[in-house]
Amino acid sequence: MALLTVKDLTLGYDSHVIVEKLNFSVNAGDYLCIVGENGSGKTTLLRTLLHLINPISGEILMGDDLKKNEIGYLPQQTVIQKDFPASVREIVLSGCTGRMGLRPFYNAKEKQLAAESMERMSITPLANRCYRELSGGQQQRVLLARALCATGKLLILDEPVSGLDPYVTSEMYELIAELNRDGITIIMISHDITAAVKYASHILHIGETVFFGTKDEYLNSDTGKWKDYVR
Amino acid sequence: MLDKIVFYLQYPFVRYALIVGVLISLCSSLLGVTLVLKRFSFIGDGLSHVAFGAMAIAAVLKMTNNMLLVLPITVISAVLLLRTGTNTRIKGDAAIAMISVGAMAFGYLIMNIFPTSANVSGDVCSTLFGSTSILTLSIEEVWLCIILSVIVVVIFIVFYNKIFAVTFDENFSMATGTNAGAYNLLIAITIAVIIVLAMNLVGSLLISALVIFPALSAMRLFNSFKGVTVFSAVLSVISSLLGIFISILAGTPVGSTIVAVDIIAFVLCYIAGLVL
Repeated sequence: MALLTVKDLTLGYDSHVIVEKLNFSVNAGDYLCIVGENGSGKTTLLRTLLHLINPISGEILMGDDLKKNEIGYLPQQTVIQKDFPASVREIVLSGCTGRMGLRPFYNAKEKQLAAESMERMSITPLANRCYRELSGGQQQRVLLARALCATGKLLILDEPVSGLDPYVTSEMYELIAELNRDGITIIMISHDITAAVKYASHILHIGETVFFGTKDEYLNSDTGKWKDYVR
Repeated sequence: MLDKIVFYLQYPFVRYALIVGVLISLCSSLLGVTLVLKRFSFIGDGLSHVAFGAMAIAAVLKMTNNMLLVLPITVISAVLLLRTGTNTRIKGDAAIAMISVGAMAFGYLIMNIFPTSANVSGDVCSTLFGSTSILTLSIEEVWLCIILSVIVVVIFIVFYNKIFAVTFDENFSMATGTNAGAYNLLIAITIAVIIVLAMNLVGSLLISALVIFPALSAMRLFNSFKGVTVFSAVLSVISSLLGIFISILAGTPVGSTIVAVDIIAFVLCYIAGLVL
């Protein structure tokens, strides 16, 4: 069974419909890029997948024993975080709170997990630094390490490279691709179609026309055709 | 000067004031960091006005223990404010302003229509600025304060990691399975309790100062959440003790003296933060 199956999903806020009758599925190991114009409902879809908002109709089925607290999430940065006094270690550890239930303190296993996540993102030397003093790319690595504490299966990323310079952007994409090669399923929102077709295995295009399929199918479809220049 | 302090310490009411002062400043500073970071500073302010209104009703009803009325009303308001406050920022702002100004107006109105003493403006002034109530505490009130403070501190320690996660990133916490709504509720109820307690010390108009200044001072100097929290607690307790002693020696009002000390501490921390 697929990791995530979306059936006849209609999205929106209150009664205002943004996307209608969406169908797609994500298998373990896939790298799905969600593309589409501004206002096409990418973020709404993401928030619905994360159970932050309820769909108007339709359902999201989770398979392969995926539990709700096993989804890692890389949100866009908020204003609050810009001047938040917290060390890198504290933030990465906070990714473990979902799995703690009512237990008040982190155990040795969770501290170990946080240390491993920091190592994986090569931010161990920054562990005691303050989050607000880091560069944009370093901050994204911290948030990615936090997401890795929450999951070993599925990562959902919301525009992970917005605001980063080109060099750091490609570094970030490589990092995400590496996680995917290690077996973590990726669902990513992106504006950057060039990168989407370079790294993703599947594309979901939402907007006036809806397309879901593999990258190659997308490049040969009517929706994706005009992006031929990418190749 | 030391003789004079030792002399005053012989009186039980001075000792009570010190105990309550230390506990209240400790509790209020703990959640201050979270409130400042979540942009909730004004919820504290709004709730303190609600507590003032509730106090007025309790006075008119001639209740012997006004906490029984003030505490539930303030807690309920906190819950209501938080429900409108999430996700809809502007509405939340307006709701706070509405409730706080409304409670204030009705409180004053009720106190004037049903005066319980000859000196209404004196009563109002002492509720607003806490002028002497800290020095007239009964032993029961001191115990109530001790019990509630212990509860607040225990809740804070037990939920410290969750409170941090929810403060730093509410969406991430919710998405990964933490019940952020429940923790927001917990924060709101706790802050309501602290505010009702703190009314004794500094009066309802000055409570926000006790909540936000130590947190802001600590944020100038420390880089980790734990560092900020611990330092703001220590700073808050020291400032309150200093404020109470100064007010006893110089005969100034307790509440405003404590707030003045807090502000001076903030300025010093601000300068130290620039230099370091």
